[in-house]
Amino acid sequence: MAKYAVKRVALGFLTLFIVATLTFFLMQAVPGGPFVAEKAMSAEAIAAQEAKYGLDKPLHVQYWNYMKNAAHFDFGQCIKQQGRSVAEIITTKFPASAKLALCAVAVALCVGIPVGCIAAYHRGKWLDNCIILFATCGIAVPSFVTATLLLYFLSSKLQLLPSIGLDGPLNYIMPVIALAFYPTAYIARLMRSSLLDVMGQDYMRTAKAKGVSGFKTLFKHALRNAILPVVTYVGPMLAQLLTGSFVVEKIFTVPGLGREFVSAISNRDYTMIMGTTIFLASLVIIANVLVDILYKFIDPRIKLK
Amino acid sequence: MEKKKNPLSFQLDLKPEDFLPATQDEQQQLVVMRDSVSFWKDGLRRFRKNKVAMISLVVIVIIMLLAFVVPAFYPYSYEQQIRGSEKLFPFEYSRTELQRMEKGESVFPHICGTDRLGRDYAIRLMMGARISLLVGLVASTLVLLIGSIYGAVSAFFGGWVDMIMMRITDIIYTVPDILIIILLSIALKGPLENLAALPAFGWLDRIGPNLVSIFVVFALLYWVSMARIVRSQVLTLKESEYVTAARALGASSGRIIKKHLLTNCIGTLIVTTTLQIPSSIFTESFLSFLGLGAAAPMPSLGTLATDALNGLNSRPYLLFLPALTISIIILSFNLLGDGLRDAFDPKLKD
Repeated sequence: MAKYAVKRVALGFLTLFIVATLTFFLMQAVPGGPFVAEKAMSAEAIAAQEAKYGLDKPLHVQYWNYMKNAAHFDFGQCIKQQGRSVAEIITTKFPASAKLALCAVAVALCVGIPVGCIAAYHRGKWLDNCIILFATCGIAVPSFVTATLLLYFLSSKLQLLPSIGLDGPLNYIMPVIALAFYPTAYIARLMRSSLLDVMGQDYMRTAKAKGVSGFKTLFKHALRNAILPVVTYVGPMLAQLLTGSFVVEKIFTVPGLGREFVSAISNRDYTMIMGTTIFLASLVIIANVLVDILYKFIDPRIKLK
Repeated sequence: MEKKKNPLSFQLDLKPEDFLPATQDEQQQLVVMRDSVSFWKDGLRRFRKNKVAMISLVVIVIIMLLAFVVPAFYPYSYEQQIRGSEKLFPFEYSRTELQRMEKGESVFPHICGTDRLGRDYAIRLMMGARISLLVGLVASTLVLLIGSIYGAVSAFFGGWVDMIMMRITDIIYTVPDILIIILLSIALKGPLENLAALPAFGWLDRIGPNLVSIFVVFALLYWVSMARIVRSQVLTLKESEYVTAARALGASSGRIIKKHLLTNCIGTLIVTTTLQIPSSIFTESFLSFLGLGAAAPMPSLGTLATDALNGLNSRPYLLFLPALTISIIILSFNLLGDGLRDAFDPKLKD
């Protein structure tokens, strides 16, 4: 177990290192630089600016310096927003994205799992068919479609909900629904099929034959076994939600990290791109490692290698 | 004299004419062997019975016709800006068009209206669907090629080859894909544009460097799950007798992989590829929506949706139409993939 955890963490660090390296060189390969767009700057001014951020040095030196600083959690100064460090921007912008993503995770799990169970219990009946229909359509609708439709109907037409920002609890409703729509549908499908699978197992029949109540068989026997695929999905889901929030942040004008990332890319703000990528990638990787280890606790039969 | 027949005898009363050779017709009647049911026939029979899958297949064919064939005959082009017919509602005509109609000319109606630059929206939708479908189909084909060969090679050779190859997929699998896709597609755009300027690569320019970079990026990142699925199949298949027999007959590893292993997991390959199409389309529309996908004036369904956001209150259908189209495309491919899976690869059913 401990050996496995160490191995997973080591692999996580390796992945993070590769992502950082890849991002660094990809970013440098993108034509244009952070100062190209500014018309008023003379060649000397650009050279001075580049010297300030160390961009005049050869690429491998820049890479080495950046990695050395990043290992000490120093992600440098933001190039486009003068006088602010990358870490500062991330810490001010990330909470909004994180809140949205976490709410969406909560909604997806709290709605998806029960809905999937209900569908499995009413297999073949109209309720099951309705849920399948919802789930099949749910995974076919991109989040920007859900978000814009919500914006149009709930905000513009009915004027029920505020459309901009994240000031009050009401502001959360639409972005969270838009983000959680796809994962909810996916989890419901996953839960339904895995619960159906489990309910056909021999130990379920044994439990029933012993006279265990339906409630207890569901929670003690079925759910614990059926939830495994859903747990596996939580890691990728978190990644999807953190990056998926780019679109939702754009539509609902939420001041989150996603918008910063997209604008950093179009501005070629090198330090900002690096900082955000490393930050988001490490979140996703940590989530994946945690989920893999959690797996072992939920199902002790699983042999971790 | 004739032998007297015992009424209780069970003996058959046979006559010489009973021993004549059977006629052709009688022979035919006795044939009970049916044609052997091949893998394809069996799968197709099951597939045809699946109404949902058949309907989605028909929908996909219709969308493909609209996206690839109809634009060739359509009176408007996707980049043509018609003066004076900006922001028309569906089936509305501009003043100049009305004048032309009074003169007796026939003017093709703007079925879905026009956008703010006076471009016919119906043709833009069709072109957008074309881009989405192209991305889905080409990216999945590339994923199929890379993933199946990688997975098969990894499983076939086993040992440390397998270990190293699978560690690589592990790493790619944990990389947050959207981040790398965004970066890669921007990084590739420049070199591809330079390449397209060369005379030998004129075709690149016609497809659009942006689109090609999306193909490449998807192909580079999405083959991992395909490789894993193929690997697990090949791991069991390579133990079978026909592989041993082929090797005993002196077949090379490449031939065994190509002729025996990959052909035997064709069901899985088809199903996984079909299910890959909607997810590529999904990601492409996401990128386009962020402004990182197909370049203007080439419309993609995602860019059409973003453009429509500005005038959402006055003309919401400009948003609904691309949103609906993309959802229908993804939905039909998902259902088609599910149908194919049930028909060709029942083991894979989740």
